[in-house]
Amino acid sequence: MPLLISWVALVLYTLLAGADFGAGLWQLTAGRGAHSRRLRDHAHHAMAPVWEANHVWLVLVLTVMWTAYPTVFGSVCSTLAIPIFLAAIGIVLRGLCYAVQGATEEPAERRFIDTAFALSSILTPFMLGTVIGGIASGRVPVGNATGDLVTSWVNPTSLVSGCLAVAVAAYLAAVFLAADARRHPGSGPLERAFRGRALIAGVAAGVLALVGLAVLAGDAPRILAGLSSGWGLAAAAVSAVGGVGSLVLVRLHRFEPARIAAGVAVAAILAGWAAAQRPYLLPGLTLGDAAADSATLWAVVISVLLGLVVLAPSLALLFRLSLAGHLDPDPGAPVRHATLGPDAVRPRWAGRVGLACFLVGLVLLTLADAGVAHVFGVLALAGAGLAIFTAVGPDEVAAKSSRVFVRERR
Amino acid sequence: MRPALCSAFAPPEQPYLLAARQMQALSFMVHIPLVCFGIAFPAMVLFLEWRYLRTGDQLFRVLARRWTKVMVTLFAAGVVTGTILSFEMGLLWPNFTATFGPVFGLGFAIEGFSFFLEAIFIGIYVYGWDRLSARAHFLSGIPIAVAGVVGALMVIAVNGWMNHPQGFQLDAQGRVVDIDPVRALFANTYFWHELVHMYLGAFMVTGFVVAGGYAVGRLRGRWGRYERTALAVPLTAAAAAAPLQVLVGDWAARDVATEEPIKLAALEGLAQTTAGAPEHLLGFYTDGQVRYGIEIPRLLSLLAFHNPNAVVRGLDSVPVTDQPPVNVVRFAFQTMVGIGTLLALLAVVFLVVRWRRGRLPISRRFYQLLVVAGPLAYVAMIAGWVTTEVGRQPWVVYGVMRTGDAVTGATGIPVSYGLLAGAYALLAAGVCWSLRRLAKVPMPTAAVHPLTGVGAG
Repeated sequence: MPLLISWVALVLYTLLAGADFGAGLWQLTAGRGAHSRRLRDHAHHAMAPVWEANHVWLVLVLTVMWTAYPTVFGSVCSTLAIPIFLAAIGIVLRGLCYAVQGATEEPAERRFIDTAFALSSILTPFMLGTVIGGIASGRVPVGNATGDLVTSWVNPTSLVSGCLAVAVAAYLAAVFLAADARRHPGSGPLERAFRGRALIAGVAAGVLALVGLAVLAGDAPRILAGLSSGWGLAAAAVSAVGGVGSLVLVRLHRFEPARIAAGVAVAAILAGWAAAQRPYLLPGLTLGDAAADSATLWAVVISVLLGLVVLAPSLALLFRLSLAGHLDPDPGAPVRHATLGPDAVRPRWAGRVGLACFLVGLVLLTLADAGVAHVFGVLALAGAGLAIFTAVGPDEVAAKSSRVFVRERR
Repeated sequence: MRPALCSAFAPPEQPYLLAARQMQALSFMVHIPLVCFGIAFPAMVLFLEWRYLRTGDQLFRVLARRWTKVMVTLFAAGVVTGTILSFEMGLLWPNFTATFGPVFGLGFAIEGFSFFLEAIFIGIYVYGWDRLSARAHFLSGIPIAVAGVVGALMVIAVNGWMNHPQGFQLDAQGRVVDIDPVRALFANTYFWHELVHMYLGAFMVTGFVVAGGYAVGRLRGRWGRYERTALAVPLTAAAAAAPLQVLVGDWAARDVATEEPIKLAALEGLAQTTAGAPEHLLGFYTDGQVRYGIEIPRLLSLLAFHNPNAVVRGLDSVPVTDQPPVNVVRFAFQTMVGIGTLLALLAVVFLVVRWRRGRLPISRRFYQLLVVAGPLAYVAMIAGWVTTEVGRQPWVVYGVMRTGDAVTGATGIPVSYGLLAGAYALLAAGVCWSLRRLAKVPMPTAAVHPLTGVGAG
């Protein structure tokens, strides 16, 4: 069950963050000039509000894995330390680019940032792809860095899966951005640009998938066998149909269904991998052996389900707002003069209450020793903090101190 | 006597344990100030937006909106540095995670969700200024502030568990059994002081850093109502937190005294178990005593146990191999306490001036001190974490698993340490550059009159 959670989170990460990585990658191909500026800005505006939420799926995969399948997590992270670390560096650079992107409009600076962004957007999915290839081809034994630190990820399966990850990201992004471009009036050139890119990336991903099957035959026959029978075969078939279908839809300018078909194709690849990998997570380590105690598994499942109750509506809200354009910048927005209700009056007694709460806190937290007293002591201090803040009334005091007391100017 | 731990993997050979620990420490040093901003800054921005909604005064909206840009920049940096930390759980400490993941991992899974909510609503809040209704926009900011608190609670619950492990048993072979993650994390009474201490610390760091930025502007003569507001709000938050922190810190030290006596002995430099133990200010620890320090008789016993004659356990009550490095811990502790006291004094000065004179301080000296207070608050925050983390050494899970057994067996730690340091230097430079850029963006023309330029954020 927790493995299912991790798998679902991984699929969502691949789809959502994949589109985000791909959008970064396309920054590299935009070229120069006004048209390219529009391409870049489109990719940036579409992703900026959602990239953090997309990224957090990875954190969820990691935390569920180390809680529910700790030895798998430890073995993978120690043997595949190099690609995982490089992926992490890529993530830092991408975050850095997002952090600085908003600060400048100068073309030269933006181009530099965009290029760095694009390169790190290729590095991270490639490295994460090699990690999956390393696990799939059985190169990660159980233990603390007991596998080969280099060949565990520099091998045919890893390289193909790394490239496949990049191509899939590029494809998802292009389809998404082409669909998203339709929201904006006069976006014909944008839509055409991303449609062309989608077709190229989609064909590349398809070719890489076929190459991958050939590589698996020599490098990881167990996975190939899994993919050519039972659930694995079904998943592979779904993936192939979804992939080809979505390419056809893109060609027909039907971007919305193409987006869904592409998502299905990608999810099916990961499902096929999971099916082919069964029942072993790592060589000799079955799912049952790897799982933590049932108390922990239950705790994880329950907390994830509870978390989803809060998360699902929030995510739905974010995507609804984002796709409906409610999060786009609007320089022409009217300046509102909204006031919600009458202004609160700052109570005169706030200072005295603050001091009193502080003294109560002093008695209960510092002088008393009982745990219960400490609870009330902390509550009293919380009250003291709020009351002191209210008593000071920083906005009022700032408005009142209007006489300029600056004596000298340097 | 517990059986010795039998960890998931055999203890590794790792010549670069210290490098691994430093790499982890570096990652925290970069991430923690961003966490402080994640906890405290949304609350300040929301306060301003609330003032705008109640008064209709555009100045508050302009300030809140400009601060949101800072917030999103710092949050982006916080997201990626936080991700690095979760990678490092596996990259640096696979044996710790593989052995105890089922015990403490739940906390991080829940933290992941709060991180999620923070990311979602920060997206909505930051990009929704123009097109959401005023009320919807304000409401979308509240989950950010709440998620910051929940996230900190979860991470600190795990840290509290590492300092005070429970919720599992070791069987006769030393394997981890009878795991109860809920009891391990949330029935633990030993993390509440850490949480409250960190929460107040976050307001102090954020408040003094932001106010310090505008104090620089004040010293250069930028002192319109915009700047005064931008200085007063964070300064008030920090000034309300700083005096409380003194009491909370004292509470934390008493909890450490009962639950982690060796840590207390290290941070006080107490070599022998002593009845009526004295407190030493300053000085350094060598050959089992504090040299050149100011000794105050019986104060340690009084502070730690509320009894001037109480017996305080010394370092000699455990073998040398189980003792933390005394001077690092002691120096960090004294740094934190010293800075914390000075900041509380500065806060009291501000509060008294506000109370007696009804205005902001006017002396140049006050603003000069305020400029220094921001970096000092950060130093105190880091010193506090050094105290608790190095003070737990040589254990990663206090009394159960040694840090040296938790580390990865992979080679190349110095290389990755160097790369990460380089990446973080870039990140720091990039964030500073972009904050300076944001500070230079001209004010919107519609804003209220006395806006005489902009201070650094």
